Amino acid sequence: MNASAQQHGSVVAEEAAHFGKLAAEWWDPKGSSAMLHKLNPPRLRHIRATIEAQWGIAPEELRPLTGRRAADVGCGAGLLAEPLARMGAAVTGIDAAPENVAVARHHAEKQGLAIDYRAGGVEALAGESFDLVTSMEVIEHVADPAAFVARLAALLAPNGIMILSTPNRTPLSKLAMITVAEGLGMVPKGTHDWRKFVTPEELTGHVEAAGLRVIDRKGLGFSPAAGFHLSDNLTLDYFLTAIR
Amino acid sequence: MERQDVIILGGGLVGLTLGIALARHGIRAAVIDPADPDKVLASGFDGRASAVASAPWRMLDAIGVGAHLQGRGCPIDAIRVQDGLSPESLIFEPSADDGALGHMFENRDLRIALDTTARAADGLTLLRPARPVDVHRDLDGVRVTLADGREVEGSLLIGAEGRQSPTREAAGITCARWSYDHVAMIASIAHEKPHGNVAYEIFYTTGPFAILPLVDDAEGRHRSALVWTVDKKHAPAMLGLPDRAYQAEAEKRMGGMLGKVSLISPRSSYPLGFHHAARITDTRLALVGDAAHGIHPIAGQGVNLGYRDVAALTEVLVEGMRLGLDPGDAQLLARYQRWRSLDSFMVAASTDGLTRLFGIPGRTARTVRRIGLGAVQRLGPLKGRFMAEARGETGKLPRLLQGMAI
Ligand SMILES: Cc1cc2nc3c(=O)[nH]c(=O)nc-3n(C[C@H](O)[C@H](O)[C@H](O)COP(=O)(O)OP(=O)(O)OC[C@H]3O[C@@H](n4cnc5c(N)ncnc54)[C@H](O)[C@@H]3O)c2cc1C
Repeated sequence: MNASAQQHGSVVAEEAAHFGKLAAEWWDPKGSSAMLHKLNPPRLRHIRATIEAQWGIAPEELRPLTGRRAADVGCGAGLLAEPLARMGAAVTGIDAAPENVAVARHHAEKQGLAIDYRAGGVEALAGESFDLVTSMEVIEHVADPAAFVARLAALLAPNGIMILSTPNRTPLSKLAMITVAEGLGMVPKGTHDWRKFVTPEELTGHVEAAGLRVIDRKGLGFSPAAGFHLSDNLTLDYFLTAIR
Repeated sequence: MERQDVIILGGGLVGLTLGIALARHGIRAAVIDPADPDKVLASGFDGRASAVASAPWRMLDAIGVGAHLQGRGCPIDAIRVQDGLSPESLIFEPSADDGALGHMFENRDLRIALDTTARAADGLTLLRPARPVDVHRDLDGVRVTLADGREVEGSLLIGAEGRQSPTREAAGITCARWSYDHVAMIASIAHEKPHGNVAYEIFYTTGPFAILPLVDDAEGRHRSALVWTVDKKHAPAMLGLPDRAYQAEAEKRMGGMLGKVSLISPRSSYPLGFHHAARITDTRLALVGDAAHGIHPIAGQGVNLGYRDVAALTEVLVEGMRLGLDPGDAQLLARYQRWRSLDSFMVAASTDGLTRLFGIPGRTARTVRRIGLGAVQRLGPLKGRFMAEARGETGKLPRLLQGMAI
């Protein structure tokens, strides 16, 4: 081992403790990220239904993504990347916040999951290709949605699937995600800027401009009784699925 | 050792079944039990017999255990409940196309079938005998250290160690419990007349007396299992009876309905109690079987409740893992807890109610019981509910209990 690697090693040890703490917050199902944990099952249900239909995967297959490459852009602490890896995919997770990436790496290691986490933007993946590209609740934060979608589209392997989710720009989403969620502290203040929310029509336009075809749009609803669930109502938040 | 999805502590009738059900669906599981399987399977280790209700039986069939039990189970075509030897009785009899209410198996046959299936199951690791000395659970995972120093790591821990579950205690899960001041004396008998596949539950004020039909043995002798409940203070005297006197006493309680009786197994006895865990989950932990709940054996529902735990938990885990969720995911465990808690408590409470109702001496109570039985007999819907209960078919049925893979 050379000197710089050793130095790097000690930094990693200190950071590991720090990120371990953060990971505990992200990954505690009762902690501050509880909402994100609750979002996961309907999200995954939607992904599963989509790949079963598109790739002819059997419903009882436990690792339906075996042999496939998946990229999750804006992966946070890996809440989606880990399930994709458990489903058998070789996953690359990328996030603009290096802190998130460190947390994600730390957690995956403890789970015995080999996930390729990288800090950076979607540009950093240019030239690579993936069977499944996901980017959940990210596009409403980027500066240029059209350019972002085009970069995601370029990552898609032949026969690949892209699944995006984002809040719609409606009075309901404003009430739910800004007034209520941020007002009550369920989501940190300033997380969302409602004016940047993208409607399904606008997103469809971006996706088609990038040379893809939209095959499905599905709503993500919320009710106190049923929690987050898939629905045909796109007014709050929605998934958009596209293929080449 | 490879990281396990599920680590099961306790390879008894319920824990081993869970391991098989999970492995059938591709989930990696390890079963850890300090008992030596050779001893457990030896004749004389467990002389009991269990009524397996029809829904759990469909599950055993679906996960490949049924194939090893062909011809071993005696169908229960009717259950006759009566107050002492009074001629009035309540008869539960399914309609012709409904099939048996359940099957009676000798526990030893069940254990052998489970063992055979488990040994052949892909992805199921059997660590027996192996004693867990340290169990660590946190948000990241589970680690079990064995007495020989080996370590087993996994995502979810299952407490299936029976009624004294140390895992339940360590999790600080409290149990509602009481004892019945009764002891169950267990024995197998051969009898002169065939039982006609009828199970008898005879309620005496001294305690219930159950005669459960078994298949004829190799010599063609008709056989039944006796569960004979006696007051704790009379137990030592009853257990001390010579076989001849015991047989005579049993014949008397049976009113001679099966003719001459002879003992064909050693007698054993079990203190009876009721316990019900306040919750059945914790961080990366779920309880199944007697670790979660133990009830009076009179209705033959103990192992069936455990099998319903297995069916529900397997469905929750399989569905969750197909979505890529961690098997220890708190949301999955919450679903298991919600699914099981009401059902197991209802069964426990109604069984307890039954034994209490029949445990009260005196003429008034007797009349109430008579009217009660007659009324139940006349009230179709109520009887239907009792029947569904006996079959293990109440609540939203997990797919395995419908005989379907998940
Ligand atoms: C007298 C009597 C009659 C009954 N009759 C019926 C009937 O007719 N029908 C019916 O459905 N039910 C009946 N039951 C109930 C039924 O037997 C139980 O519900 C059933 O055995 C529970 O199975 P289990 O696997 O949960 O627990 P157990 O069978 O108690 O198995 C527990 C296992 O855990 C192991 N273990 C113990 N400690 C540890 C540890 N620290 N770590 C790991 N493993 C450990 C043990 O070696 C054992 O193998 C009866 C019960 C009694 C007492």
